[in-house]
Amino acid sequence: MKRPGRDEDPDRLYTVTGGRSRSAVGADAFDLVTLVVSESEPVRGMQSEHAAILRICRSPTAVVELAADLGLPVSVIRILLGDLLAAGRITARHPRTVRAADALPDPDILKQVLVGLRNI
Amino acid sequence: MDSATSEANPGTTQSASDRPPLLSTAANGLKIVIVGGFGVGKTTMVRAVSDIRPLNTEETMTRAGEGVDDLSAVRGKSTTTIAFDFGRISLNESTVLYLFGAPGQERFWFLWDRLFSGTLGAVVLVDTRRLDECWYAIDRLEAHGTPFIVARNDFGGPRHTAEQVREALDLSEDIPLVDCDARSRESSRDVLLALVHHLYALSTARTAREITP
Ligand SMILES: Nc1nc2c(ncn2[C@@H]2O[C@H](COP(=O)(O)OP(=O)(O)O)[C@@H](O)[C@H]2O)c(=O)[nH]1
Ligand SMILES: [Mg+2]
Repeated sequence: MKRPGRDEDPDRLYTVTGGRSRSAVGADAFDLVTLVVSESEPVRGMQSEHAAILRICRSPTAVVELAADLGLPVSVIRILLGDLLAAGRITARHPRTVRAADALPDPDILKQVLVGLRNI
Repeated sequence: MDSATSEANPGTTQSASDRPPLLSTAANGLKIVIVGGFGVGKTTMVRAVSDIRPLNTEETMTRAGEGVDDLSAVRGKSTTTIAFDFGRISLNESTVLYLFGAPGQERFWFLWDRLFSGTLGAVVLVDTRRLDECWYAIDRLEAHGTPFIVARNDFGGPRHTAEQVREALDLSEDIPLVDCDARSRESSRDVLLALVHHLYALSTARTAREITP
């Protein structure tokens, strides 16, 4: 199955990730809404996707925004972010939503959401 | 053409530099998912409340429902792709709410845990002319234990009473059912507020039970 009008050539994905079959350590920890921040500037010779991520993440940027910007599936972005994290080139601000004890969100966070939404 | 998962609107791509950057203090991303059939108004609702123009992206999964990080699977083409769109609302200097518009059809749910675990809750958006299209989504949300409300988007079809809609959806009394016009920022915001009020009630009820068992 192929979605028309979009570059999702398997060979491109293979090239982007260097054909690795598993993501680097910690890559699975990247949620769709984990906010990524660059800790260094791109350097010459760096893979273009890595360089693009470092440029975009000069301000905090969610994993899903990177996927949209680079036109790559979320799982491929996770692999690329795993590389950058392992190299110390980014930091990740993971979501803090759910209390450990149950699946419902923390009431304090929900209060922030209510206040924020009323202001829009 | 197998296009059931390809409903993201073309022409909404923009580069990162076209959208306002988040504050450097942004640290906590939250998720709310709007689920519904094709043309029910998901993208319209996201656009109505978002700080940015909706963006599209996609996830590729293997037939087994795994996200593709095994690229040999991609090369074997034993994959399918789910497209979804999203927007965001900065709630305060540290908290950013991401809103996802996602198709409710069957194969989407293989990706639920991978993409949408940790979601605050969901809005099931329905067109009352096609109520049956959301049965499956409601089943799946219940199975995943994700709290949700139902919002009926007004397309000017025949009016049903709230009781008729509840009956058709087999919706229990404790699940809010609200009306909206997804094109309106205020109306769409009110849908989100109704969801968060519902979550707050569930969450504080749970806390009360924990304190006084
Ligand atoms: N009359 C009316 N039209 C709507 C409403 N919400 C969305 N639409 C229209 O319905 C069409 C499909 O909406 P869209 O947001 O693309 O649906 P999606 O497939 O769920 O993302 C668009 O042409 C919208 O302008 C509504 O509340 N009332
Ligand atoms: Mg849409």
